[in-house]
Amino acid sequence: MSAFSAIGEDREIERDEFTPGIEPQATWCPGCGDFGVLKALKQAMPEVGKNPDEVALFTGIGCSGKLNSYFNSYGFHTIHGRSLPVARAAKLANPEIEVIAAGGDGDGYGIGGNHTIHTARENHDMTYIVFNNEIFGLTKGQTSPTSPKGHKSKTQPHGSAKSPIRPLSQQLNAGATYIARTAAVNPNQAKEIIAEAIEHDGFAHIDFLTQCPTWNKDAKHYVPYTDVQQSDEFDFDVSDRAEAAEMMRKTEERLYEGEVLTGRMYIEDERPSYGQEKRSIGEMPEEPLAERYFDEDAEWERTYDNLLQHHK
Amino acid sequence: MTDNELIWRIAGGSGDGIDSTSQNFAKALMRSGLHVFTHRHYPSRIRGGHTYVEVRAKDENVQSRGDGYNFLLALGDSFARNPQDEAYYGKEELKPLYENFDDLREGGVLLYDEGLLDEEDVEEIELEEAAEENDWHVVPMDLRGIAKEHGREIMRNTAGIGATAAILDIGTEEFETLIEQNMAGDMQEANLAVLEDAYEAASELDIDHDIEVPDGSHDEEQVILSGSNAISYGALDEGCRFISGYPMTPWTDVFTIMSQHLPEFGGISEQVEDEIAAAALALGASHMGVKSMSGSSGGGFALMSEPLGLAEMTETPVVLVEAMRAGPSTGMPTKPEQADLEHVLYTSQGDSARVVFAPANIRECYTQTRSAFRIAYEYQIPSIVIYDQKIQGELRNLPASHFDEEPNADPGSVLTEEEIQDAAHHASGKFQRFLHEPEDGSNVSPRSVPGQKDGRYLATGNEHNPSGHISEDPDNRIAQMERRLNKLDDIRADLDENASHQTYHGPEDAEYGILVWGSQQDTAFEAVDRLNENGHSVKALGVSDMAPYPVEEVSEWLESVDQALVVEMNATAQFRGLTQKEIGKYGDKMSSLLKYNGNPFEPAEIVDGFESSINGEDLAATNMKYLPAAGD
Repeated sequence: MSAFSAIGEDREIERDEFTPGIEPQATWCPGCGDFGVLKALKQAMPEVGKNPDEVALFTGIGCSGKLNSYFNSYGFHTIHGRSLPVARAAKLANPEIEVIAAGGDGDGYGIGGNHTIHTARENHDMTYIVFNNEIFGLTKGQTSPTSPKGHKSKTQPHGSAKSPIRPLSQQLNAGATYIARTAAVNPNQAKEIIAEAIEHDGFAHIDFLTQCPTWNKDAKHYVPYTDVQQSDEFDFDVSDRAEAAEMMRKTEERLYEGEVLTGRMYIEDERPSYGQEKRSIGEMPEEPLAERYFDEDAEWERTYDNLLQHHK
Repeated sequence: MTDNELIWRIAGGSGDGIDSTSQNFAKALMRSGLHVFTHRHYPSRIRGGHTYVEVRAKDENVQSRGDGYNFLLALGDSFARNPQDEAYYGKEELKPLYENFDDLREGGVLLYDEGLLDEEDVEEIELEEAAEENDWHVVPMDLRGIAKEHGREIMRNTAGIGATAAILDIGTEEFETLIEQNMAGDMQEANLAVLEDAYEAASELDIDHDIEVPDGSHDEEQVILSGSNAISYGALDEGCRFISGYPMTPWTDVFTIMSQHLPEFGGISEQVEDEIAAAALALGASHMGVKSMSGSSGGGFALMSEPLGLAEMTETPVVLVEAMRAGPSTGMPTKPEQADLEHVLYTSQGDSARVVFAPANIRECYTQTRSAFRIAYEYQIPSIVIYDQKIQGELRNLPASHFDEEPNADPGSVLTEEEIQDAAHHASGKFQRFLHEPEDGSNVSPRSVPGQKDGRYLATGNEHNPSGHISEDPDNRIAQMERRLNKLDDIRADLDENASHQTYHGPEDAEYGILVWGSQQDTAFEAVDRLNENGHSVKALGVSDMAPYPVEEVSEWLESVDQALVVEMNATAQFRGLTQKEIGKYGDKMSSLLKYNGNPFEPAEIVDGFESSINGEDLAATNMKYLPAAGD
């Protein structure tokens, strides 16, 4: 019997299970887009049938990192930019756990950009939600990697001379196999996308537009938005890399022209996840490694029996 | 004068097979009944550059590389840059012959490959004059020619072994056996032929030297391995099944050994994008209940600072290894130094709560890595094993029985699901993973791992209350800080009771002391033996516990001596500084002998350094620096 009886429990899951018994007062500002992520995430859980004890949520630092405090599951609030390397090892150590990582645009596209690229490249079976508000919120309004060119802030008094990062295109090139953009103002789509991302067997990247009413008053709060899957204007094959690339480019450019495009941007189902790849070359055990430590009958190899003969 | 020990140096260029040849040579001597010890010196280059390995062999336990060498096998650097022209770096091809040939002892043998090294060039370095002055026996042989006759000239190292065996009269049996075990087919045949031809050719030369390789025998079965092997095997036997890393010399050795063996041991190795990720992955795996490690050398370890602090704050157990090399910055990548002690003790923001062990030799690399894991997982704290390029690369024999130990895969203080049901939960539903006062009266609050029913909690780098929620309440802050820091007192008591890592050497009532840490310990012990033979009254203490520091043990020892010389391989006396900080007295008793030129101490240097220090003589003309005691 598994020492982890929460895993794979066969029962109906209620979204309220993901709300802490005493709900802490959120520190987010009124009207903050982060509430939208929390709500959509809670709503997605019953759909994917996961209970709070088999979900591990890894966050970075910033307003987005507070997500852990208001979402009732196992949680690891890590350090700035490093949620992904902590999270992906967790997935390798126990692939039965549903691993979700989350952080802001500074966290994922700035300080942790290297990890974002490599985690996508390796195609770990996990979901990554980037709260993209085009600003550094918790440190009070500095220009971020997704702030538009010319954006003025206390640290860029003459306006940013840099073009913003292209998060969707970057993830496509890096190797993510599910890429979508959604917005806090579109809770139904957000819920569906999060559920799809969790069920996707590979690295799912969600660029989640979260308006910051306090520090990014210039932003349009991402309304009105267009769902590219619902619109007649955009007829593209979401599984075709070239068409997806074109769609992403349009989506990234139009955001700065005031048009908010959302929806699934790229879905690739054939590529094996990193865990599958590693197992296929014999570099990862078939059974979850973490379980071995809690199995009283497990036998542990000794170097004296296995390795010392090379030194005699 | 007869030398009753052999210090055989094989010198060539990177790529000439110096390393593998020396390993076989050392293993063959061990199998023949001798005790062996190797010392490696190599440049940060893939091909070419003066590389040498010394193999010291005696009929009793060997503690160090010894002083100089008495047999040089100079193959010449076949990958030298500008082999024909006078270059910026000097005549590289010839360096294995002339670079530090002053260290060849009087009466020593100098065998070189005249097949590669040009006669006129050799004349230029005035070898003949030097040989006459030092009574060296110079033996030019066409090793390349012998190798070529049987195929590839790379086999000239095998020819060198054959010639060495003939000159030293030690026979070729063990070498033949090794060739038969390690090679097959044509390659095996060709190497055996080269070995035999070179042996015969050298036998005819009749060289009259004074090196006597002693006969020896072992009471029990021996193995020969490196510090990197021993650290890796300690980790595996303690149930470590996850490693994450990024290549960096000299840490790469442990990372490679672990990566090669983890799949067959059912574990996982991850090579990742940088050292920040490497440390973060080890935390992630450990958080799930898997015993995990990571590591690096100075620069890479610097990148691990922030994850290290996260491990302290979230009380996530992990073992990191730090393989020191000469700094600052990129420094000298392939040269040893002990200058990262302060870096490892204090890096990362806030008050540090970590365990740091500095094993002194291969034996201790195994036992202390095991201790590091046991302590990390029992006390939910990061443990660091700090060692250096010297221990990493040196091979040494020891009884196989040292490793005949039971494995321990216990993940430490983790509750079972049944225990979690009975444990305290917060009204929010979260398990109280960070209790101010754990039930058993200790400072360790047991954890749960994801997947356990009703065990969910929040691990966070922010200060937090018992269920993990972020809290800046002053009373909670004090309670959590105290509990985390008090674990160090518990660990000190545990170590004192179960596993003293300090090593004492020499007569207990000696007048003087030599205080040493990490890789220089056994060299200092050899020096202490000689000093006592020379009529001095000296003992030594080798310290491995850098944190929590063994205040009581070291205080007692310092109290018992009139003066202590602290020997370490850095320029700023970091260990002496630590000792003064921890103990708060004896500053007027401790002077320092320091070396930081990229080479570890030789025992004779410590003897000289000690004698100069008590005689008040100047060390200016040597490779070392003397730093007087406070108030002197």
